[in-house]
Amino acid sequence: MAPLAPKTGDAVFASVDRVNAELFTLTYGAMVRQLLTDLEEVDEVNKQLDQMGYNIGVRLVDEFLAKSNVSRCVDFKETADVIAKVGFKMFLGVTASITSWDAEGTSFSLVLEDNPLVDFVELPDTCQGLHYCNILSGVLRGALEMVSMKTEVTWVRDMLHGDDAYELRVKLLKQVPEEYPYKDDE
Amino acid sequence: MIGVGKIKQYTNVLDKPLSRGRQEVSLSAFAFLFSELVQYNQTQVDNISELERRLEDAGYAVGARVLELLCHREKGNRRETRLLGILSFVHSTVWKVLFGKVADSLEKGTEHEDEYMISEKELLVNRFISVPKDMGAFNCGAFVAGIVKGVLDGAGFPAVVTAHFVPVDGQQRPRTTILIKFAEEVLRRESRLG
Repeated sequence: MAPLAPKTGDAVFASVDRVNAELFTLTYGAMVRQLLTDLEEVDEVNKQLDQMGYNIGVRLVDEFLAKSNVSRCVDFKETADVIAKVGFKMFLGVTASITSWDAEGTSFSLVLEDNPLVDFVELPDTCQGLHYCNILSGVLRGALEMVSMKTEVTWVRDMLHGDDAYELRVKLLKQVPEEYPYKDDE
Repeated sequence: MIGVGKIKQYTNVLDKPLSRGRQEVSLSAFAFLFSELVQYNQTQVDNISELERRLEDAGYAVGARVLELLCHREKGNRRETRLLGILSFVHSTVWKVLFGKVADSLEKGTEHEDEYMISEKELLVNRFISVPKDMGAFNCGAFVAGIVKGVLDGAGFPAVVTAHFVPVDGQQRPRTTILIKFAEEVLRRESRLG
């Protein structure tokens, strides 16, 4: 059988089962509220959201690779494109854009204009340090780690803090070559 | 002027236009999120009823908001005052918006006057959940029960809502029933209204 051609983000999104974005938004909100009630410290909540995102990312990347048929990315630039055009579209139904590559090509910015996680959300004064969408940074970190890239993901712009878009800075720390778990001789 | 910083615009969330509610995300994104919610709550509790209660609380928050949103958007701010009215609102409108289809059935309990049941062959939230044997009768549908409770409480029909698995002949997976038990005052008011 000939290898399947990689599908575009729209095509994959059309082929997966979908649910109402509002259910997703409200469930995420309920989860953040639970975390705030339990943990009380905004920093703790940020960390917990990142950890939860990491757990999701680790499993999400399998589904992503299975459904989208993308071929192995040649370099980090291609990885970034694939995440923005196919990945975000496939799961969240929105496309992100890639900007601000640094000189070495190891760090880029992912900009989201439209974010289904934050519909109906307003941050109160007591939670101004909260990165409400921190789960996204964890998801990216977890997913990329499973494909051998150790990255660091930070928030640059956040609409809930008054900026005009959501911007994540993704920095490649190192490429970890895949380790074969068994010794050849045994 | 050199180096003028961008002034931060804090748009009030109430000023933004309300979306039409047609936007979608993938089912797997929701399933991953829900599984993390359940896993997080598992670390915070010691027993199953606590876990169900926490899921129900999370769903309650969703339900309260869904009621406000749907009343405004779908029903033009008309309030349901009758029992059957609110039940059919939950069974059709709420289910259709949240899960993409109306609930499979709405039944009145035969043993008690105040019990009603909404049944679903396979709840959307339970689709990718498998419950280990040692957790007994735990049902993640407690989240959906919480949503229903939130909607009913917000609409002025206080009730106790729980989710149960009901085995069905000829079907491998049991179907889920959301059992709604209305408070005394609701029935008294209903009989007064005629």
